[in-house]
This record gives sequence, C-alpha cells and structure tokens, in this order.
Amino acid sequence: MFHALVAVKQVPDTTNIRIDPETGNLVREGVPAIMNPYDAHALAEAIRWKRQLGGKVTVVSMGPPNFIVTIREAVEMGADRGVLVSDRKFAGADTLATSYVLAETIQAIHEKDPIDVVFFGKQAIDGDTAQVGPGVAVRMDLPIVTYVVKIRELDLEQRRIVVERKTERWTEVIESQLPVLLTCDKEIAEIPFAPLPDLIRSLRYDPEMWTMSGPLEFDKGQVGVRGSPTIVFKMGTPPLPEAGEKINTREVGVAEAVKQTFAKADAAGILDTVLGGAR
Amino acid sequence: MTTRRFWAFIEQEEGHAHPVSWELLGVVRRLALQVREEAEAAGDEVVVEGVLLGHDVEHIAQEALCYGADRVYLFDSPVFEYYRNRPYYKMLAEAAQKYEPEVFLIGATTLGRDLAGAIATSLRTGLTADCTKLEMGEVKGAKQKLLLATRPAFGGNIMATILCRKHRPQMSSVRPRVFPMPEYNPHPQGEVVREPVGITEADALARVLEFVRPEGESVNIEYADVIVSGGRGLGTPEGFGLIKQLSDALGGVVGASRPCIDAGWIGYAHQVGQSGKTVRPKLYIAAGISGALQHKVGMQNSDFIIAINTDPDAPIFDVADVGIVGDLYEVIPAMLEQLEAWRGKARGSGGGHQEVSA
Repeated sequence: MFHALVAVKQVPDTTNIRIDPETGNLVREGVPAIMNPYDAHALAEAIRWKRQLGGKVTVVSMGPPNFIVTIREAVEMGADRGVLVSDRKFAGADTLATSYVLAETIQAIHEKDPIDVVFFGKQAIDGDTAQVGPGVAVRMDLPIVTYVVKIRELDLEQRRIVVERKTERWTEVIESQLPVLLTCDKEIAEIPFAPLPDLIRSLRYDPEMWTMSGPLEFDKGQVGVRGSPTIVFKMGTPPLPEAGEKINTREVGVAEAVKQTFAKADAAGILDTVLGGAR
Repeated sequence: MTTRRFWAFIEQEEGHAHPVSWELLGVVRRLALQVREEAEAAGDEVVVEGVLLGHDVEHIAQEALCYGADRVYLFDSPVFEYYRNRPYYKMLAEAAQKYEPEVFLIGATTLGRDLAGAIATSLRTGLTADCTKLEMGEVKGAKQKLLLATRPAFGGNIMATILCRKHRPQMSSVRPRVFPMPEYNPHPQGEVVREPVGITEADALARVLEFVRPEGESVNIEYADVIVSGGRGLGTPEGFGLIKQLSDALGGVVGASRPCIDAGWIGYAHQVGQSGKTVRPKLYIAAGISGALQHKVGMQNSDFIIAINTDPDAPIFDVADVGIVGDLYEVIPAMLEQLEAWRGKARGSGGGHQEVSA
C-alpha cells in the first residue's frame, strides 16, 4: 500500500496583493487565501498514484488555525488524513524553523506509518524561497529531487522511483531510492474535480491539531522567532528610479512617437550595439 | 588575527562555468572591500574565495581567479561529475565547517536553489533567497558589519532587508543577471587549493539515468541582448506573433509578464520577473505590460527600456527610458516599418547611414 505525505501551505493570492500608496502597508483585505498552487499540483499527483496503487495520502501543514480551510480543501481533492501543526510559538518562523517543525512532524508520522514519497510544491508563491523542501529532506536524511515534472515509475516492492526533473538546461531522468522527497512543478498533474463523496467528507472534516503541548515535543529553541537565524531588519517599498520621457501617440502620431523613441535609443548608443551587424 | 572569508559558489555543468558564478565573485569582492577598514583596524585578514566542485574542472578554478577570487578550493572527484543534491551539499557543508566563511553566496539557478537550502539547513544557519541588494552594514549591537540582504517579498510588492545576526555563514542566493559581471584579469595572483574528497557514490542515493536535452531552439532570456516582452495588454495569445516579429527584427528573444504565463499564453521559460527570470539586456521593450513590481524587479537593470502602454499612468513608465503612450498594435507595426526602412538604407549606403528612422 502506498503512503504519500504532502506538505501544503496556505498563501495569499499574491496576484491580488496591493500596497497602500499612502501608508506603504500591504492591503490584506479582500485578498483571498488559497492553497499554494504548486502544493495543489503535488497533491493531485499523490492522489493519482494512491488511486492507482491503493493506499493513502496524508496532508501536513504548519500555520494558524485558519489553515484548516486548506486541509479541508486537500481532503476534498482526495486526501485521507490531515494534520495541522499550529501554535502561537511557531509564529515568525523563517525557513530553517519551518523545516524543523515540518521534519519533526513528518518523521513522527513516518515512524508509525511508513511514508514512501514526501511531496512538496517547488516553492510557495508568497515567499518564493524554495528552501523548506530541501531543508526537510536534509533533516530527515532523505534523498531529494526538486523541480519534478513527472513520475515515470513508482515501484513499492523494489523501493525505487524514476522521475523527470526539469532544469534550465535539460530534463534529468533520475532514479532514486524510496522513501524520497520530491518538490513538484505544476506540470506534474492536473488538478482533478473532486468526487462527490470526498466533497461531502471534506465539509465535516476536522484535521488533527498538533501543538507545542503535544503529541510531539518540539524544542522551544528551534521553533518560531527563537529558532529562526534570520530576522527582518527593515521593510520598504523599493526606491523609484527616475522615470524617462513619455511620448503620447495621440499628441504626436504613431510614426513620430516611434521615430523619437528610436532617436533616443540611438543617442544612448543602444541601436548601434543592438543592430551592429546590419550597419 | 582572524581570516574573514567571503565565499562564492562556482557553479559549473559539463565543464562550463555558469556566468552567475562570476557575478557572485564580483559581489563578494565588493562586500570584502566594505569591511576592509574595520578588518585592518582589528588586524584581521579579508579574503575572497571560490568553492568549486566537479571532475576535471581545474580550468574553471583558473577562470575563477581571473574573475577576482584570491583563492579557489577545488573538490575534484568523479562523484561530482554531474550535479546531485546529496554529494554536493554534504561536501559543501563540510567545507564550510572547516573554513568557517563569514558570507557564502550561491547563484539562484535551478542547481543553486536545490543546493542552497540543503547546505543552510545542514549548517543550521540562515539563508535569504533571491537577493537583489547585498551590503555589509553596521547594525546596532553587532561588533562587526553584517550582511544586509535585501529581497523582494510578498510577490515582489515590498522590499525586505534580512539579517542573520549570530549564525554563520550568512548565506544568500542571488539570481543570474541581478549583479554585473566583474572585470576579467588575464594575469591573476590567486591560488587553487585542491581539497580532499571523502564523499563517495554511496552517499548519493540517487543517480541520473538520462539527460534529455530540449529539442530545437531553447529560449534563454537571461543572457539575451534584446528582449521584447508582451503582457496582458496583448489581449490574446496571438498577440505574441507580433511580439516575435519585433524581437526577430531586433535579433532578440520574446519575454512575457506573469499574467500571460498564468493564462497559458506562452511558456514559463519566457517569464520575466520575480517569479520568472531576472534579465539585464541592452534593450528591453515592454508592450502591454502595466508594470507590477514583481515584473519591474526582473527587468529594471536593463540598459535601455522602452515601454508601450495605452494607460499613461501605468507603473511600467516609471522604469522606462522612453515611454510610448499608445496602442501596441499600432506602435509595433510602425517600429517594424521604421526598422525595415532603416535597414534598407543601411544596406543601400554601404553601412554608413546614421539616421535611424525613415
């Protein structure tokens, strides 16, 4: 039986984040919270293999209590079990402290119910760091393959997996031992429509809540702000560069606007360099 | 006297260095200079060092000296023939424990991002991803200057400066093209130090069965000299046909802003911005791109930026050298026409023509 564990994160839909021009603060109101899209695709792949091989999918998330919504969403997609690791002491965690809590949690689940594949999204769209997956792999001493776009073979008997990993240069076909940790790109699987029974189950599903008081003993020094080597020193909106000239086609006409633009590019020596071959 | 080491990871594949390695050497050289005064006062030595893993890559170590390393630690072994996470991170974590660098920078390529988080976790230190500004600066309560690592946060809507006060090394990843290439010195003074390698094949747990190279032309927007990018203002995916025509006429490549990738209009390899690629071409043309911060951080270091947008208040105009307020479907054909006329004249007059427009 296949046991997949998928780590999911709830993120603000960053395409909708705005900055208040007067205060410089983030406008959070009306910004919908969603499951990190890369995690959703990783979860879809885990569920696809579960349906093919038989077994189950466990979902783990670290975050405030409202992350329950995201775990319910995972159950709606077909996850069987959800664990939300949540405590005020976890607040302010950087990627190192986050990887500690997740690795401890996943390890504890693994010891009772061995996991074959740990799935992560390739990164979260709010932080874009791509650091937590590799961090968890190091802490659990698992082999890791990042930027996975396809699982070609998954052989539970031979304890091996063959995946495709897409890099900037090429696609690597990688064979690894099981258990393995994969961080996945969106191409790994399409997100399916939720079957009705899963949809109904998800409405009433309450995930297990793990906190500092149990069932695990987390080391206070390794969680939240205390466990985070990095701190935010300051925040600000980036300085505005000096804007160049604007030419309006309605005022000067299209041909003239283009002519003036090229003249400026030429004056800056750009066209010479760019079109050097033709000249 | 202590030695304050500033490290750059020298990334290579198939015996070719990734240019981001040299960009990193340029950055650590600058950071080292920023602490020189304080180090001299304390009697400390400051060195710029590269770390290189691979097999038969001595020539790259030499190249690193030419780009400004005082010393290169070379870990040469068949186990490093091609990149794999475990052997690489274990070796580099071991090296960092041995030499205790103060700062350690890694390129934010697919290879470097795979690697950096693993090393930092193994060393239990802080890592700041995708930094766009790096300075050694004084911080209240700290005896020495610390690395101030600035990166775009929240989808690129805000800049956050991150500190790693107590843990060492202070690690950051940096995307290609965020920082300029340093000068090349053909007669460097530095040295290459060959290090013992204790890592073996048994440490790998994974192996590559096959490398599948992309068929046909692959897009590499990061190091292109000319990029013509389209945004949501194109209205339809077919709009990229016109973008391609202009980029072809200029000998460039096609870029795009995130909404176009999200909508499936064009592939991810074309994406410019915080969640795509950072670029610094000689000429960048943004057509129908409003200029969300997440896009601007990826292209604002271009030498010359032309923006085309119907909205005179579009934020893209803030970073443009020239902004054309107008419809891209009128402006680009006019650009093509004027380029064509210009080329015709250039050919006709034997290349001596100086006027750009018809």
